[in-house]
Amino acid sequence: MRARHLLLAACAFLVACQREQRDLRTDPPVAEALGQVAVMPGGIGGRPAAIDRALGHPYQTNAYQLNQGKRLWDWFNCSGCHAAGGGASGPALTDGSWRYGPDMVSIFVSIRDGRPNGMPAFRGKLTDEQILQLSGYVQAMGAETASTAAPSRNDTMQARASENRAPAAAAFPKQVSR
Amino acid sequence: MGPQLATAQPDPGFSRLDEITVENAGRLVPAWSFRTGTPGAHATAPLIAGDTLFVLTPFPHTLFALDLTRPGAAVKWRYMPPPDRTADGLTCCDAATGGLAASGDRLYLNTLDGHTISLDAAGGQVVWDARPAHPQTGETLAAAPLVAGNRIIIGSAGDDAGPRGWLAALDAATGRQDWKVFDTGPDAEVGIGEGFRPLYDPPQARDRGVSTWPPAAWQQGGGGLSGAPVADPALGLVFYQTGHPAPWNPDQRPGENRWTSGIFARDAASGAARWFDPINPHDLYAMGASGGLLPTPDGRLVHPDANGFLYVLDPATGKMLSATRFLPVNAARGIDLASAVPIREDRYVTVQDRTVRDICPAWPAGSNAQAAYSPATGLLYIPAATLCMDMAARSASYIAGTPFGGADVRVKPAPGGEEGALIAWDIAAGRAAWTVPERFPLRGGALATAGSVVFYGTLDGLLKAVDARTGRGLWQFQATAGIVGRPATFRAPDGHQYVAVLAGAGGLTGTASAKEIDVRDATAARGFANALRTLPPPQDRSGTLFVFRLP
Ligand code: HEC
Repeated sequence: MRARHLLLAACAFLVACQREQRDLRTDPPVAEALGQVAVMPGGIGGRPAAIDRALGHPYQTNAYQLNQGKRLWDWFNCSGCHAAGGGASGPALTDGSWRYGPDMVSIFVSIRDGRPNGMPAFRGKLTDEQILQLSGYVQAMGAETASTAAPSRNDTMQARASENRAPAAAAFPKQVSR
Repeated sequence: MGPQLATAQPDPGFSRLDEITVENAGRLVPAWSFRTGTPGAHATAPLIAGDTLFVLTPFPHTLFALDLTRPGAAVKWRYMPPPDRTADGLTCCDAATGGLAASGDRLYLNTLDGHTISLDAAGGQVVWDARPAHPQTGETLAAAPLVAGNRIIIGSAGDDAGPRGWLAALDAATGRQDWKVFDTGPDAEVGIGEGFRPLYDPPQARDRGVSTWPPAAWQQGGGGLSGAPVADPALGLVFYQTGHPAPWNPDQRPGENRWTSGIFARDAASGAARWFDPINPHDLYAMGASGGLLPTPDGRLVHPDANGFLYVLDPATGKMLSATRFLPVNAARGIDLASAVPIREDRYVTVQDRTVRDICPAWPAGSNAQAAYSPATGLLYIPAATLCMDMAARSASYIAGTPFGGADVRVKPAPGGEEGALIAWDIAAGRAAWTVPERFPLRGGALATAGSVVFYGTLDGLLKAVDARTGRGLWQFQATAGIVGRPATFRAPDGHQYVAVLAGAGGLTGTASAKEIDVRDATAARGFANALRTLPPPQDRSGTLFVFRLP
C-alpha cells in the first residue's frame, strides 16, 4: 500500500519534472532547427519546425518555456503596445480574434517579421527560440481552457485573470470593444 | 497689468457668434451629417475657412473639403496622403493623430507618420510635402501646426517611445526648415544662449538638459510637444508644453530631467529659449505639462495642468503668479511658487517593482481635452477627467520604435465615483464657479460662444449645450459614437450660425486603425480599460460629422 503511494508520488514528480523541464543551454543544432518553419505564402499559417514536433511542442506545453515567454514579454516591450494582452496601441491578443491567425506559426511570423500596420519585426533582436517562447506565451495568455502548463504569477500588478486558468477567466465578464 | 495679448491668436475655444443663445439652444436640430467611413478616434476639430469645412480623419488620414454653399455640403475634394503604416503602432487611447491649420489660401497638415504638408485650400493640390518626423524611431506629429507669420511651427510627439522631443519652424512658402531646437541635451541644441532668463533654474548653470539626467539618458529622454503651441505676436514668442520624460519608470532617470514636463517660451524667429517653467520635474506619472495654454485678455497665460493644478503665468517672464488645485489631487500637497514645483506627498512616490495605489490624478492619456476661455463670462471651461490610478514601475529596455515605458497602470474613478466633469473656473477668484459631473472622463475640448452657451462632447457620444453662466443643461444630442474632439461653430453662407462636431471612437479604441481592446485586462489602453469597462460600444464604428442649426 505504502509502496503504491510512493510509486504514485514518484510518477507525479517525474511528470511534473517533464512539465517544467529546463535546459539552460539549447543544443546549437536544435536552436538552429527551431527557426525552420514552413510559412504559407501571405505569411499566415504553415508547418512548425520538425524539431518542435519531435520534442513534443515544448513551447506550448512546458511551464518553464511559457514562463520564459512571459519574462520576455515585458523585457522586449511587448507590454508597451499590447499591455498584458488587452491591447493599447497594438491590438488585444486575448480576445480570441486574430488578424493573422491563432496558430504557432502565424504568431511566430508576426513577431519575427513584424506586420505592416505597426507591429515591429523582432528578427535579430530575439533568437528563434525566444520567439517560440513568446509565441507559446501569447497563445496561453488568451486561452480560456485549462491546461497543465502555465507560467508563474506576476511579481507586481495583477492586471487580469492569470494565463490558462479557465475558471478564473470565466469569472470576468467577456466584454470586448472594437 | 501684464503685456497686452490682444494680438495673440484668438482662442479657438471661443466664438463671437451669438445667434444660438441660452434661450434658443434647446431647439437645435440636426442640419446635415457626413459619415467619414473611417474608424478610430476623430480627435481633430472640424475646421471652417471661408465657405469650406475641412474634416481630418484619424491615421491613415483622409482630408475632406466640404462645400458649405451646396445643400448637405457636398465633398469638394479629398486628399489621402500615402501612409507609412509603421506609425499605426505608435499611438494609443484617443490621443490626437496629426492636425490641421488654415491661413490665407493655404492649409497646413501634420500627419501622424511625420509629414507636414501644405495644400491649396481651394483645390487640394499639394504645394509642398516635408518629412520632419520619423516613426521608425517612435517620432510622430500629433498636434496641429501653428501658423506664426511666415513660419509653420511644429513639434514632435511620441514620448512613450523615447525619441528626443523637438520644436521646429518651417518656411510657410517652401517647407524648408528654418530652425529646430530640442527639449533635452546640450544648451546649443536646446537653443539656450544669451537671451535665456529662467526664473527657476540656476542662471549660470550650463547644459542642464544633460546634467539633470543619468549619463546619456537624455538621448532617449522624450519630452516632445504636448498639446498645441501658442503664439504671442506682440512679444514675438511661442509657448509650448514639453512632454513627459522617457522611460515612464522614474527610477531609471534620477534627476530633474530638464527640459521635459514643463513650459518653454521661445523666440518665434530663431527658436532661442527665453524662459522655462518646470511644471512636473522628474515627472513620476507621465503627466508631461499637458492640459493646454490659454492667453487671456488681461495679459496672462493660463495652464490647467494634468497634475490637477491650474497655473497663472506672466507670459513675458514665465513668473508663476498662482497655482490652485482644481481636480482631486493627493500626489502633491500644493505648488511651491518660489521654486515652481509640486510639493510631493511621499506615500505616492513610485518605487520600482512596487505597486503604488490610488495616486490622484491619473496620467492624462493624450491632451485633446482643450479648455476654453470666454471673455464674455471671464470663466475658463475645463473638460476634466477626475481619475486616480495604481502604478507599478518596472525596469524598461530601450528598443528603438517600441515603447520605452516600464509602468503598469490601472486607472479608476476618483473617490466619489464620477470619472469626469465640466469645470467652469473663475480664475480671479481661484475657485470653480460651477461644475457639471460626468459619468465618463471628458476627452474632447470645450467650445464657448458669445451666445453664452458652452458645447462639449462625451465618450458615450452625447453632444451637450450648457448655460455658460450656471452650467444648467440646455440641450443634448446622442451621436453614433464617442466624442473625443472639440465642437466648432461657424456662420454658414446662408448667414446662420451652425454647430459641428465629429463623433468617432471614444475611450477604448486606440487611434490607429481602431485597435481592439479587451477590457478584462485592467492595464489595457494604458490602464484606461479599467476605468471604461462600462462604456457602451459605439453604434457605428465609423466617424460621423454632425451639424446642427436652429429650426
Ligand atoms: C510598437 C508597438 C508594438 C510592439 C512593441 C509590439 N507590437 Fe505586436 N502588434 C502591434 C500592432 C500595431 C499590431 C497589428 C499589426 C497589423 O495589424 O498589421 C501587432 C500585432 C501583433 C500580433 C498579431 C496579432 C493578430 O491579431 O494576428 C502578435 C502575435 C503580436 N503583435 C505579438 C507581439 C509580441 C510578442 C511583441 C513583443 C516581442 C509585440 N507584439 C510587440 C504593435 C506592437
